[in-house]
Amino acid sequence: MSWFSQTLTSSIGKKLLMALTGLFLISFLVIHATINAMIFYNDGGETFSHWGHFMGTNPIIRTLEIGLVAGFLIHIIDGLILWKTNRDARPINYAVNNPSANSTWYSRSMGLLGTLLLIFLVIHTSHFWIPNRSNQFATGEELDLYQMMLDIFQNPVVVLIYVLGCISLFWHLLHGFKSAFQSLGLNHVKYNGLISVVGTAFSIVIPILFALMPISIYFGWVY
Amino acid sequence: MSAGNMHIKLKVWRQSNTNTQGRFENYSLDHVSPDMSFLEMFDVLNEQLIETGTEPVAFDHDCREGICGMCSMYINGQPHGPLRGVTTCQLHMRSFKDGDTIVVEPWRAEAFPVIKDLVVDRDAFDRVIAAGGFVSVNTGNAQDANSLPIPKVAADEAFAAAACIGCGACVAACKNASAMLFVSAKISQLALLPQGQAERSIRAEKMVAQMDAEGFGACTNTGACAAECPKEISLENIARMNREYIGAKLSSSAV
Repeated sequence: MSWFSQTLTSSIGKKLLMALTGLFLISFLVIHATINAMIFYNDGGETFSHWGHFMGTNPIIRTLEIGLVAGFLIHIIDGLILWKTNRDARPINYAVNNPSANSTWYSRSMGLLGTLLLIFLVIHTSHFWIPNRSNQFATGEELDLYQMMLDIFQNPVVVLIYVLGCISLFWHLLHGFKSAFQSLGLNHVKYNGLISVVGTAFSIVIPILFALMPISIYFGWVY
Repeated sequence: MSAGNMHIKLKVWRQSNTNTQGRFENYSLDHVSPDMSFLEMFDVLNEQLIETGTEPVAFDHDCREGICGMCSMYINGQPHGPLRGVTTCQLHMRSFKDGDTIVVEPWRAEAFPVIKDLVVDRDAFDRVIAAGGFVSVNTGNAQDANSLPIPKVAADEAFAAAACIGCGACVAACKNASAMLFVSAKISQLALLPQGQAERSIRAEKMVAQMDAEGFGACTNTGACAAECPKEISLENIARMNREYIGAKLSSSAV
């Protein structure tokens, strides 16, 4: 094995990959939330569709999208590998365990929260991204994503699934954001406070912003 | 010692050797003094067992003053019991209530197989140390201390890392049975000091490789290890180990 693959398959290397892809996906969330928040202009989707068209057709964005898919895949596959390694490291569990005495439940549940997010991701991409890109591939035409949102979010079950997805995202980010910096070795008394405050704020703001989109459409605040 | 009179019920893991199935056994103890250490309470239990012709419970212990790292019981779901910053030998029965049922298990980790009852094999830690947790120096007269200037902060941080007694509570507490707090303390105590510089890169590479080979899990940064560590080793050491390892892998001459 070369030093490079040896590094990335070591326990610390796997965490490094999780941290780097995690922070990359966090940067994606910023773009995704910003552009989707254009629906709150409530201009019949004009601003949203303008930027949606840019994201769907700009060659630089489309190239970066390949990186995004790779980022998701690496984060998911590496997470599953870590989940298995970590589970194998303790084949016999404790009969009595009191982990709440030393750690938060969500920091111990990143695999579970990640799995919930993966299920949500499958549902979410099959609502918008997959049909849109398939149509672009087949006909060269983009779908009217704004109209699709208005239609799909009329279903209260779908709205509930999206809100649950956002709640999972909140807990996943609440640990993941700060944890990524620790995995990268960025633990310093001068910056820990900043990382913690920004991480917590980000974990709250982004999921709320996302959750407000299906909710607003369902209740007719955005139309 | 006060003449306390606690009644304690114990649920203790019994296992005759590595290859057999273990099980819990229930024991009942009267006349337990609140001033007894947890291990002294186990001594009383074992005397009672010997008197009745039963095999005593095997458990690790040595100094009984909190500095050797031998004692290793998982007590009511926490390594070294409910108190912070103490080993099992420094845990006293006054931390429990009269009539309590206390569940005692061995450390649970693939890398720490049970030898007997509550005794686990922690040789994996020794092999990690042997892989690089040392400095090679030519013997001879000790040189003048002032010839190796060490910043106070570095000395303090190295000393805090060196407080690790290798008990394995970090592994026991971690949901992944990860040894990263232990290994990071052992890497840090040398990486921070001038004497550790010569082998700094190769040390990080070899110790982490050995840690992985032993079957310990990876780190989820839950912080359980540092919270349960009897020597209160800081999570900053794990961040430092990550820097040391990644830096070594990116720049060392070992291809």
